Amino acid sequence: MSILHTVNKSPFERNSLESCVQFASDGAAVLLFEDGVYAALAGTGAESRVREALGRLRLYVLGPDLKARGLSEDRIIEGIGVVDYAGFVDLAAEHDKVQAWL
Amino acid sequence: MSDTIEVDGKQLAVDEEGYLADLNDWVPAVADVMAKQDNLELSEEHWDIINFLREYYEEYQIAPAVRVLTKAVGKKLGKEKGNSKYLYSLFPYGPAKQACRFAGLPKPTGCV
Amino acid sequence: MSETVKQFLYLNRKAPYGTIYAWEALEVVLIGAAFDQDVGVMFLDDGVYQLVKGQDPREIGMKNFSPTFRTLGDYEVGRIYVDGESLAARGLTREDLVEIAWEDPETEEEVDNIVEVVDRTRARALMDEADVVFSF
Repeated sequence: MSILHTVNKSPFERNSLESCVQFASDGAAVLLFEDGVYAALAGTGAESRVREALGRLRLYVLGPDLKARGLSEDRIIEGIGVVDYAGFVDLAAEHDKVQAWL
Repeated sequence: MSDTIEVDGKQLAVDEEGYLADLNDWVPAVADVMAKQDNLELSEEHWDIINFLREYYEEYQIAPAVRVLTKAVGKKLGKEKGNSKYLYSLFPYGPAKQACRFAGLPKPTGCV
Repeated sequence: MSETVKQFLYLNRKAPYGTIYAWEALEVVLIGAAFDQDVGVMFLDDGVYQLVKGQDPREIGMKNFSPTFRTLGDYEVGRIYVDGESLAARGLTREDLVEIAWEDPETEEEVDNIVEVVDRTRARALMDEADVVFSF
């Protein structure tokens, strides 16, 4: 069963990402969107956890949400893929189900 | 059913207080039509304020409150114009409310 | 009109766009500024994201209220603070933030940027000094 996990909360305000990473199986995909995109930024207090997760999970971030918040793509942690809305849909379609971490 | 005003043969939606529903609908003729409804003839002085408000909105994404408008007008158009007496003489229903309506902007933040 | 001027401090702790807090807080600050009080605004925790430069939410279908912060000076909000530790924890520096200009209503002295990054000791003192604290 392949799962696309989605996280839309800031890692500094909620533990959504942390729980997601703990419960997600190896090889699962995680899409960061809305306030979840703040976790994708390099140089933050959450970076080491995100890098650790990148070792066994595939991470994506929604471009329009980065742009909305004034974060340019070159500040994103290496290894995280930037997708647009169509890419979001593709990811959802490629996986058996979508699990949201609110 | 929502209200509309007719400008250049087109029906434009306005809210219950007469403000344009969509700020992208605005053309200068909107101000003329609204002024006519309020029995006002728009002079160059009126247009200075209307244009000023549109520029302010473009830059800051809000319509300024009256006292912010007065101060900013004084700075931009001259001290003798930066007072509420002058602005009320142009826009008797209130410079922020009436002029913002003519300019196609939403009601200023802080006006009730 | 009240004779005593009170010190108001607005605390902003939420990121923009994900929730409505940031926009509502800004509206309340702008409305409250009409009452001739001594108004300060502090950004801490995820609230520091509100001041990040270059926001463009057109593609997510939301209003860009980032430029509106630059009017705070016009509304005579003379004190704007950012918690330095919150910035650092998020990989941000003061260069990532918008600048807010201010003109002294009495002396007409102009200050290019009143955004002040403060440490925790100062942040605590500011909260203690305030007569009224509004939290968002």
